Amino acid sequence: MKKVFCLLLACSLLTVILTGCGQSSKPSDSTPAETTVAETQAPAETDAAETTEAAAPEETTAAETAAETTAAAPAASSGPKTLNVYNWGEYISDGSEDSYDTVKEFEKWYKETYGQTVKVNYDTYASNEDMYSKLSSGAVSYDVVIPSDYMIARMVSEDMLLPLNFDNIPEYENIDESFRNLYYDPENLYSVPYAYGIVGIIWNANEVDEADATGWDLMWNDKYTGKIVQFNNSRDAFGTAMYKLGLDVNSDDKSVWDQALEELKAQRGVVYSYVMDEIFNIMESGEAAVGAYYAGDYFTMLDAQAPNVDLRFYYPDPTNYYIDAMCIPTCCQDQELAEIFINFMLSRDAAVANAEYTYYASPNRTVFTDPEYLEDLGEETIAILYPETEDFAQQYNTYAYKNLSQELLDYVNTLWENVKIN
Amino acid sequence: MKTTSRIYTALVFIFLFAPIAILLVFSFNESKSLSVFGGFSIKWYRELLHDEATLESVRNTLLLAVSAMVISTVMGTAAAVGIQKLRSKWLRTALSTATDIPMTNPDIITGISLMLMFVFVGRLFGLANSLSFWTMLIAHVTFCLPYVILQVLPRLRQMDPSLPEAAQDLGCPPLRAFFKVVLPEIRPGIVTGAIMAFTLSLDDFVISYFTSGAGFQTLPVRIYNMTKKTVTPKMYALATIIFFVILALLLISNLTDQNKKKPNQ
Repeated sequence: MKKVFCLLLACSLLTVILTGCGQSSKPSDSTPAETTVAETQAPAETDAAETTEAAAPEETTAAETAAETTAAAPAASSGPKTLNVYNWGEYISDGSEDSYDTVKEFEKWYKETYGQTVKVNYDTYASNEDMYSKLSSGAVSYDVVIPSDYMIARMVSEDMLLPLNFDNIPEYENIDESFRNLYYDPENLYSVPYAYGIVGIIWNANEVDEADATGWDLMWNDKYTGKIVQFNNSRDAFGTAMYKLGLDVNSDDKSVWDQALEELKAQRGVVYSYVMDEIFNIMESGEAAVGAYYAGDYFTMLDAQAPNVDLRFYYPDPTNYYIDAMCIPTCCQDQELAEIFINFMLSRDAAVANAEYTYYASPNRTVFTDPEYLEDLGEETIAILYPETEDFAQQYNTYAYKNLSQELLDYVNTLWENVKIN
Repeated sequence: MKTTSRIYTALVFIFLFAPIAILLVFSFNESKSLSVFGGFSIKWYRELLHDEATLESVRNTLLLAVSAMVISTVMGTAAAVGIQKLRSKWLRTALSTATDIPMTNPDIITGISLMLMFVFVGRLFGLANSLSFWTMLIAHVTFCLPYVILQVLPRLRQMDPSLPEAAQDLGCPPLRAFFKVVLPEIRPGIVTGAIMAFTLSLDDFVISYFTSGAGFQTLPVRIYNMTKKTVTPKMYALATIIFFVILALLLISNLTDQNKKKPNQ
């Protein structure tokens, strides 16, 4: 009797697991339909008329699918509203060291303006890929995410983002023109830029001759053998070699990547270590003297450098650009609230506080023309964070990393193993 | 010979405690660096008290660890008693082997398969957020359970089976016999199991990472997500506090244990 029971239990468990796998193997086509339904239902059930009004015009496609599934749970329609925000770790001013607490201020402001309580659940991720896998599994629903450019392009192509209603985001007009209509969102439907960064070379003036500190060559200079750190991920590491050789970083020609491979192999002898965020400690302590990283992060290092270390920074030409932008994924539960949050993030106090906290450059005119911000950061910092570029959009569209095909990514990863193993 | 053994012991202790010592020292660092000491200061402790998000994740972690500990200890003890009572030896071995399997399973496999299961069930019920505190709790109970069983089962085997029988002969109902006779006998196993469950749940990153949902992040997951920028010395301060709290708990439990043993001697 017991044996039969055990067998039954095991069988049912197996079927559950197997069907679970089958379901999630195609997350991209099943999630959007289901989640948009939940979101159209939510406003319909709340009595606030304004919500339905604003959400209705662009929800025509979602309304079609609404008939299919009625099982979708009504999202917290009664009581306080919730807003789920998913952002990079340490990427928002959070009230530490007496700074501005963005999330709390938003909750307060919302209560004052709309007379309704909103609870912000603020979660973090460590990489675009982490965020992507969480969202595409269909396991969680977030209202606002802040992915990087190439990930936005990928999410748009997989129908994972909702077009924004810019009527709810009036502050968008302060986003500088050079940050509009870029390759990842050519018609400006899905994203509102939050911060951007440019890769430069950080060097320790106590160990490196000023004369050598120019271009990508410094990272290959054998005078500093054992003092140079290189990125520990294939895309960024190959990028440095390709910029140095003047190759196209988004090339789909494998021989171009092979050329970069030779360059990286030639560099291996002088490299101290391949690092990612360990670079902060290594550079601050003077363990290494040369490394490439983002301008904003250079200032974080500068804040914590050891007494005998004198870190400096310059941009090699050409170099890498990235933009992180706020988007609303299809699993969003309350699009209007999400748009209000995005708008709040663009407003003067929040935007300035975030830019000062993260040390990344802001595409928001309210920020980079703000006298207080300019004074707080100082002329030198501003000069590095916001270098004079003749045509940012053109530079960006040429030199930023774009999404590569899976086949090419696999190929590059194999080459990368080659660099690191031999 | 004696000096070598002393050096060896010293080395073992250095390896065990050097990381903790470094953590402690750098939690009092004036500068923001994790590797350069810039003078003494308690500013990171002050910072920590104002960091709502981190404190929230500490609360989440503790809530989860305590709930997972209680549930898995109760379930695990009941399971161990049940397994021990089975008459067929074959079935008994088979079941206790089966409960060991999750322990040998890599965390990442457990994490992914649990996540897939939760997503599947969540879809069945049409939930937008199929991952939440509850799914994390289920996941943590799942991986803590085998450790509790592993601790309790040997205690039950060691116990003289005629003890509860004698209690019942003397007119004790079976349930009361269990609480009066069996439970005190196996208590050390239960306590060890509970402590293991608590620490495992507290530490766990991999399984939590896969099963955490919107609005509920534990401390290990939060620290991992800080690596985009750099982990701040605040975390050193936090780790130091956690270390001393656990040390205090250990000392208290050891002292009370010794006090209890004395009357028996």
